[in-house]
Amino acid sequence: MTASVEARALGVGYQGETVVADIGFRLEPGQLLALVGSNGSGKTTLLKTIAGLLPPVAGAIEVFGGKPLSRPAGVAYMGQFHPTSFMLPLRVRDVVRMARFARHGLFGRLSAADERAVQEAMAVMGVDQLAHAPLNALSGGQRQRVFLAQAFARDADLILLDEPAANLDGAARGIYRRHLRSLTEAGRSVVLATHDIDEAAECDRTMLLAHRVVAYGVSAEILTQKAILSTFGMVGKYQEGGIVIVEREHGHDGCQDH
Amino acid sequence: MILDYMVSPFAGNAFMVNALLAGVLVSIACGIVGTFVVLRGLAFIGDALAHGVLPGVAVAMLLGLPGMLGAAVGALGMIFGIGFITRRSNLSSDTAIGLLFVGMLALGVAIVSRSHAFSGDLVRILFGEILGIRVSELVTQLAATIVIAALAVVCHRPFLLLCFSPEQAEVSGFPPRRYHAIMLLMIALTVVVSFRTVGTLLVFGMLLAPAASAALFSRKITTMVLCASCIGAGSVYAGLLASYHFNIAAGAAITLSASAVFFLLLALKQLLPGLGVARGAAK
Repeated sequence: MTASVEARALGVGYQGETVVADIGFRLEPGQLLALVGSNGSGKTTLLKTIAGLLPPVAGAIEVFGGKPLSRPAGVAYMGQFHPTSFMLPLRVRDVVRMARFARHGLFGRLSAADERAVQEAMAVMGVDQLAHAPLNALSGGQRQRVFLAQAFARDADLILLDEPAANLDGAARGIYRRHLRSLTEAGRSVVLATHDIDEAAECDRTMLLAHRVVAYGVSAEILTQKAILSTFGMVGKYQEGGIVIVEREHGHDGCQDH
Repeated sequence: MILDYMVSPFAGNAFMVNALLAGVLVSIACGIVGTFVVLRGLAFIGDALAHGVLPGVAVAMLLGLPGMLGAAVGALGMIFGIGFITRRSNLSSDTAIGLLFVGMLALGVAIVSRSHAFSGDLVRILFGEILGIRVSELVTQLAATIVIAALAVVCHRPFLLLCFSPEQAEVSGFPPRRYHAIMLLMIALTVVVSFRTVGTLLVFGMLLAPAASAALFSRKITTMVLCASCIGAGSVYAGLLASYHFNIAAGAAITLSASAVFFLLLALKQLLPGLGVARGAAK
C-alpha cells in the first residue's frame, strides 16, 4: 500500500540551512502522528516540508508516492500563524469555502456536495452559527476553530496541522480530538505539531524533535521521561497552582513555574 | 437650479462627457486593483509603480513614441527590478521598491529637466489631462478596464487565497508567486492607462482612497470592489463639477474628492459603529 508520507534521510531547513537532519519515517493511511518539541525544534519546518511549502535540504520526501504539492486536493494544511489582515472582509463561511478551491481550480463550480462539506466542517467545529459573522469580529479561539473547519472541509486524505489546539478551550479541544480520531478511523492520515505531551500520547505515533530526531515510534513506547527530558531539557507535571518542574537536564533542582 | 448646477457642465460639452467616461473607467479599474492593493498591503509598490513610469514616459516623448508605451516599459522595468534586487540581495522588497522608486523618479525628472519643452509635459504626466481625453484614448481605457476585470474574475480564487494566506494559496494548487506577478501586472496596467487621465501622482490616490473607503464597511471582497468602483466614479463626477465651477485642476479635484469620501466615511464609522464591521461583536 502507498504510504501517505514517506521520508528517507530527509533534511529540513530554510535556504539551505539544515534545521533537522536525517529524518526517516513512514506514515500509513489511518495513522495519527504527533511532532513534538520545544520552540524552534523543527516541528513547523518538517510540517511545511511535508506540505511542499519548503523544499527538502537533503534526502527525499514522498506524499502519496509523489512529490509534495502534486495532489493539492488530497492534502489539507493549517499553518501556525495566519497573517490574515485584520481588515480582510471575509465571513466565516467564505474562509471555510476556500478549502474547496483546490478541488475545482480556477473555473470549476462549487457543487452542492462542496457546500455540504463546508457546512459539516463548520458544524463539527461549532462555528456553523457564526457562518455569516465577519472573521475579524471573532475571538482568537473562534478563529482557530474556523481555521480547523477550513482544514477539515478540504476532505483530504492527509491533514497537516500546526499547533491546532492553540487558543482552544477545553470543550473545543475535546471536540477536535474526537474528530481527528474519527478521521483516522475513516482511513485519513494526520500529522500535527504540538508542545502538548498529553495530545501526543493520544496519537498513534510520535516524533520527538530537538534539532534532531530524539525518538520516533509508537507514542506509548517513546514518551518516556528520559526522552521528554532530552527533547525539552526538563520534565514537568501539572499540580494545583502551576507546573512543577520535577527534573531538569544537567542536574538542576525542581522549581515551580506558574 | 441645483439640477442645472449638476448637469449643465456635461450638456453640450463633449470634453466633459469624455472626461466623465474616462474617469468612470479609471474608477472601475482602480476599484478592482485598489481592493487587492489595500487588502494585501501593496500600497508602497503601487506608489512606486505610479511614479516609476515617469522616465519611461519622458524617454518615449523624447523619441516621439506614445507616452503609454513608455509608461508600460517603465512599469515593467520596476517590476523586474524589484524582483531582481530581492532575489540577488538580502534586502527586503520594501527596500528594493524604495530604491527603484526614488531612482526612477529622479531619472524621470533629470530627463525632463534637460528639455524646456518638457516642462508643460511634466505637469501633464504628473497631474493628467482628463479634460483633453480623445475618443481613441477612451477606447484604450475601455479595453484595459475589460482586461483588468476579466483577470480579476478568472483569478478571483487565487487572489482571495493570496489575501488570506500565501501558504494556503500554495497548498491549494495556486502558486503565490505567479498570482502575485499577475496582480503586479494588473497594477502596472492600471497605472499605465490611467496616467493620461489623472496623472502619475494622482492615480495612486485613485488606487487607494476609494478601496480604503470601501474597506471601512465591506464584509465581502466583491462588495468592496463594487463599492470602491462606485466611490471612485462618484469622486470623478464630484471632482469634475468642482473643476468646472471653481476652476480647479480636474485631476487634483477628483483625487481630493476621493480622499474626502474616505475621511467622511471614517468619521461616520466613528459616530455610528454599526455601519462598519463590528470588531469583537462575536466574542
